[in-house]
Amino acid sequence: MKLRPPTGRRATDLMVRIWAGASAFIGIVILFWILYVVIQRGLGAINLEFFTQLPTPPGTGGGGLANAILGTLVLTVAATLIAVPVGLMAGVYLAEFSEDSKIGDYSRFSANVLMGMPSIIVGVFAYTMMVVPLGHFSGYAGALALAILMLPVVTRTTEDMLRLVPNTLRESALALGAPRWKVTLVIVFRAAKGGLITGILLAVARVSGETAPLLFTALNSPYWFHSLSETTPNLTVTIFNYAMSPYPDWQQKAWGASLLITVGVLVITLLARFILREKKV
Amino acid sequence: MLKTAQQRGPGGSGSRLLKVVKSPLRRKTPAQGDTPFRWLTFFCSLLVPLVMLAIGAELIRSSWPAVKQFGWRFFFSQEWNPVLQEFGAFSSIFGTLVSTLIAMVIAVPLSLAIALFLVELAPPRISRTVGTSIELLAAVPSIIYGMWGLFVFAPFMANYVQPLLGETLGFLPLFQGPPMGIGMLTAGIILAFMVLPFISAITRDVFLLVPPVIKESAFGMGATTWEVTYKVTIPYGLVGIIGAVFLGLGRALGETMAVTFVIGNAHRISASLFSPGNTIASTLANEFSEATEPLYVSSLVALGLVLYLITYLVQVVSQMMLKRMYRAWSVGL
Repeated sequence: MKLRPPTGRRATDLMVRIWAGASAFIGIVILFWILYVVIQRGLGAINLEFFTQLPTPPGTGGGGLANAILGTLVLTVAATLIAVPVGLMAGVYLAEFSEDSKIGDYSRFSANVLMGMPSIIVGVFAYTMMVVPLGHFSGYAGALALAILMLPVVTRTTEDMLRLVPNTLRESALALGAPRWKVTLVIVFRAAKGGLITGILLAVARVSGETAPLLFTALNSPYWFHSLSETTPNLTVTIFNYAMSPYPDWQQKAWGASLLITVGVLVITLLARFILREKKV
Repeated sequence: MLKTAQQRGPGGSGSRLLKVVKSPLRRKTPAQGDTPFRWLTFFCSLLVPLVMLAIGAELIRSSWPAVKQFGWRFFFSQEWNPVLQEFGAFSSIFGTLVSTLIAMVIAVPLSLAIALFLVELAPPRISRTVGTSIELLAAVPSIIYGMWGLFVFAPFMANYVQPLLGETLGFLPLFQGPPMGIGMLTAGIILAFMVLPFISAITRDVFLLVPPVIKESAFGMGATTWEVTYKVTIPYGLVGIIGAVFLGLGRALGETMAVTFVIGNAHRISASLFSPGNTIASTLANEFSEATEPLYVSSLVALGLVLYLITYLVQVVSQMMLKRMYRAWSVGL
């Protein structure tokens, strides 16, 4: 280590400390700036009509986004129903059966890559897989895209959480004569319950705010939700369309929808963290 | 501390956690239902790589007409004209790279500093609160960044930041032109805020994993916090930090909605960071649902293929780095 006058070294250190503190401060400021803006501008749009009425043409006033709220819920539930069973089973294989298996390594690696795959690419995939062959936009294609985004998150958290369950538990159950599937589904799953729920909640939080994969799969619709086989109204694409429109009342609605999505996603995320923390104690 | 896969980032499992050892009580013949159960889980886990490969294969298949039509010209042509059916990806690729570069230039120093603050400087309680806030930044949906960016941050840039940059650094072509707020610079800065939590979360783990003995020896020699970080912690965890940076890079490259809101969506290349541009993802978001001609759709899918390949490559590097780090640390020490 070169010897420098102590004041210089201490000054550098102090500057780095200030810089580090300032960086953390910037991060927090951005978070609260966004939250403040969303709440301040969104609250004005939230009223009973917002949750119960269909959207109205610009300039006429009134109306709500009830159809889009319902559509987003249906899309998220549909994606969860596809992705969670598959993800749980895939996680079981990785944690319980994949000792030294090449396939297991590759699957784990793919899940990590898939987690970082841009969501719009998944949207393009759902488009070429479902929208082009069927000839029309559909909620199913949107749900498929969301499910693909959820799958790696559920898989990886399931694996991690199952690995935390002590082996003695498995061995005791096996010693009592329980078959492997029962040990996994009844004993290990119960021990890892909090972690598994956390994984699912995080996956739900991740996709419920997604817009890009829905832009050209589920599209959007100003009407009530009928079935997933046609264009499905949803909040996030509505935000995009309304925000890009020149009409103040539509932009106002977009802020209301933003508030709803933000609160929903943050509450689910915090809930997931809370469950995990409770579990640990 | 227990972390979920997403927070810890990829590659974190396996070596660090206990391995499921082969039970000595293993049966000679599997119990009823075990074999189908094993196969079921095996197929489900096989589905993950299959989906990833299927995405690539499908993108190649659907982009084939455009690739055949334009060949290499597709990558180097600036022309993007749906009316004349002439498509070139250059401006989108250029915009993706420039906005990502801006994002990384801002996000990497910030993230490292935040990780340093969380691990070395802040008292535990403050560290926890600040850490949670930074992680929540990652949970905010992309479209919300877009709304905030378009209606709040872009005007802020136009009124305060860009005039200031124009006055002080205006002699550079980078900072010339009218301060419109919307454009490459604004998009890059918002991207930086979006990838910052990902990089700082992993960097924090890396800093935490450095054995205290090594740090304490340096402190014992009279080194300051900065000297310990710069000369001990960072070199020690360099592989992991590079992995974290590449992970953030992958995120920034493919980020769609926030960029689409603020980048201005113009198919052109400009030296000034104040002027509007576009990225691969924003072009897809804007034009895909309107494209009707097969060649137009195919060209857009080809853009998607370029993005797929770039992010795949970046992800692979990131995975390799993080895996190497975790493996070296669980065995080497």
